[in-house]
Amino acid sequence: MFPEIGHFALILALVVSLCQGSASLYGAAKQNKDLITLSRPLAHTQSLFVLIAFACLVYSFVSDDFSVLYVASNSQLALPLLFKVSAVWGAHEGSLLLWVLILSTWTTLVCLFSKNLPDIFSSRVIGVLGFLNFGFILFTLFTSNPFERIFPSPLDGNDLNPLLQDIGLAIHPPILYVGYVGFAVAYAFAISAMLSEKLDKNWAKWTRPWTTAAWLFLTIGIALGSWWAYYELGWGGWWFWDPVENASFMPWLIGTALIHSLAVTEKRGVFISWTLLLSVSAFSLSLLGTFLVRSGILISVHAFATDPERGLFILIFLISVIGGALLLYAKKASDLDKKVGFGALSRETFLLLNNVLLVIATILILLGTLAPLVLEVFNMGKISIGAPWFEIAMLVPMIPLLILVTMGMHSLWIKDSSFNLYKKLRSPLGIATLVGIVIPTFYYGRSGLLLLIGSTISIWIIISSLLSLRSSWKNNQGRFHINRSVAGMSIAHLGLGVFVFGVTIVSSFGVETDRGFSLGDQISVAGYEYKLNSIESIKGPNYEAIEADISVFDGSELISHLRPQKRTYLVQKSPMTEAAILAKWNKDLFVALGDSLGNDSWSIRIQYKPMVRWIWLGCLIMALGGLIAISDKRYRR
Amino acid sequence: MKKHYLPILFFLAIMPIFFIGMDRDKSVLPSPLIGEKIPQFSLPSLINSELQIDSSELLNNTFLFNVWATWCVGCLEEHDFLMKLSESNEIPIVGLNWRDNHNDALAWLRDYGNPYTIIAEDVSGRVAIDWGVYGAPESFLVNSNGIIIHKHLGPLDDDIWERDFSRAIINDAN
Repeated sequence: MFPEIGHFALILALVVSLCQGSASLYGAAKQNKDLITLSRPLAHTQSLFVLIAFACLVYSFVSDDFSVLYVASNSQLALPLLFKVSAVWGAHEGSLLLWVLILSTWTTLVCLFSKNLPDIFSSRVIGVLGFLNFGFILFTLFTSNPFERIFPSPLDGNDLNPLLQDIGLAIHPPILYVGYVGFAVAYAFAISAMLSEKLDKNWAKWTRPWTTAAWLFLTIGIALGSWWAYYELGWGGWWFWDPVENASFMPWLIGTALIHSLAVTEKRGVFISWTLLLSVSAFSLSLLGTFLVRSGILISVHAFATDPERGLFILIFLISVIGGALLLYAKKASDLDKKVGFGALSRETFLLLNNVLLVIATILILLGTLAPLVLEVFNMGKISIGAPWFEIAMLVPMIPLLILVTMGMHSLWIKDSSFNLYKKLRSPLGIATLVGIVIPTFYYGRSGLLLLIGSTISIWIIISSLLSLRSSWKNNQGRFHINRSVAGMSIAHLGLGVFVFGVTIVSSFGVETDRGFSLGDQISVAGYEYKLNSIESIKGPNYEAIEADISVFDGSELISHLRPQKRTYLVQKSPMTEAAILAKWNKDLFVALGDSLGNDSWSIRIQYKPMVRWIWLGCLIMALGGLIAISDKRYRR
Repeated sequence: MKKHYLPILFFLAIMPIFFIGMDRDKSVLPSPLIGEKIPQFSLPSLINSELQIDSSELLNNTFLFNVWATWCVGCLEEHDFLMKLSESNEIPIVGLNWRDNHNDALAWLRDYGNPYTIIAEDVSGRVAIDWGVYGAPESFLVNSNGIIIHKHLGPLDDDIWERDFSRAIINDAN
């Protein structure tokens, strides 16, 4: 019965979301108080129905209701409870329902925290969000219904894809989606602003905390995905430039640009139309990214459903949502730009450069992702563009961008003098150059141009961010006052410095190697000794595994026992590698069990990854910076 | 004034690509391996586990490298074609039994017939990763120098064979 209740609740949510969209937008257009008053209750009702639908699907999974096709295809009796819940979003249908749930949650939050905004403005925002959710629910019900039954129902399910049976992947999609969908709020604010008779200059202030919130979830979501790929796939990298990864990275880059341009628009009232365009683009790229991959237009190892009917719906939806917004922008934007002067050397200039470089980076990724498709459409052959292209292409915008970070942070609004800036930045740069050369050359024993550039810039960013963080603290007659916007900004940039340092060191000094081991063999990799003690069979809840016991020695001192596994999941028969990782703050020692080479001899992949943790740590620090910036009091007035 | 129309023009310019992209044939995948030497491997034979099949032994002959498994529906679909191809003695077929259950695989060959000259058993799927296998069935055409000259994703049939594989063999001979 629960699947039917869920199905029915979703149909009700569809109807209510349509009412929410039309009543709020029509009410705002006609300035009809009654309809405007309805917008919030309608939004809450819609969210409640979506929540009921989602809860019913979760219940179907937890209660092993294999008469539901989606449950039968993605779960089984022996699956641990945590993964029964995460299996809800383990495939296309459920992840779409999760997307809908998250969009209605954002809508509810907007309803609750927008009460001090003008009614007409917030009503339009709620209306736009209502129409967006209408589109998604329609898509779910007509092309991807997770509540569909099968008869006769199987006794046991087909199990969740073993790759997804992992805590990292249980939480990665929801958090990533919270980020993607969060940009819908910035999009709705931008549409509402463009529909206004006279653009309210407070719009930038209102939309800032929402944009930062979406961005911080996207940051954590991407970092989690990267961390998962690192330890679960065992390929030894943390970023593969796969279309799905690119699809999440593009909105992140534009979202980052948006956060910076919103700062200028709020403080100085310039770049208004540009900021509107970025708000629309961030959400457009979130949509393009997720749905192009889902529709099978771009091929990826992540793509889970390819169905032309879905693809057509997606394209129509994209054209209305993105095309409509861009058309509105084209009509309205030219009235918005004010002439406000600023000096060639000023914070405005640095933030403008930041935006230009981030947009260039996004366009390069978009080109790299779409080029194979374009060439094919025009019958110019099939090509694959891989990591090497992206890695080189990214250096072009990223190196100047990273150099400008410190200058942007420490320059003044309107006009600054080069002497003043030089005075502030020379000692951090001096120290950074020294440390940036000494660490790689003497600690790791090698140097190279890119390596030295990377380590110097990252340390320069770290030092400047700390100085900037110090300046956010004011001791006002014995009372501490912290400027949370400045503190958040500094911490986010500190995170960026930590991230770049990690990337630089691990890409220069990481070691990956496959070695053949017999029992008792001892092999040295990157200064550590690995000894294979034993190989034995063990049993898990829904898999069988072979587990190796490997001692790791630093010199003659035993530092750890690593136990990598090769699992065979019983239902889907697919083998999985569970790597064992000795994680320290400054390095990872990574061991994955390969194939049997016969005669008690095994192939084992060993990796030495210095500073790899700093990559994810840097992302978390960036997100923390965003969190602190949101908590600034001025957003709650 | 006009510059604000650029974003929508850019958007409208790329949308048709997606429309066309939706209908295209996704079975012919670009593979970085085309034109490259085959990835080396050494795997036990499915039929006789004592025997090791080494990729170097496969050279000196044009052959079809076919990735299959009993859990794969598309493999059953192309099986009749493979049987016909093997009876015609046109080309030796090397099988890679991918992530499969040993006994299921033997039972399948007993029930449906064995079109393969030899079959390597890749239980862990590691060799398939080296070959860049996306899913089964997948077929690679390898020339006598051990160079991959064509790759096909999905079940094979007469049309695909004539259109893509026969032509690739002729082109390669020239």
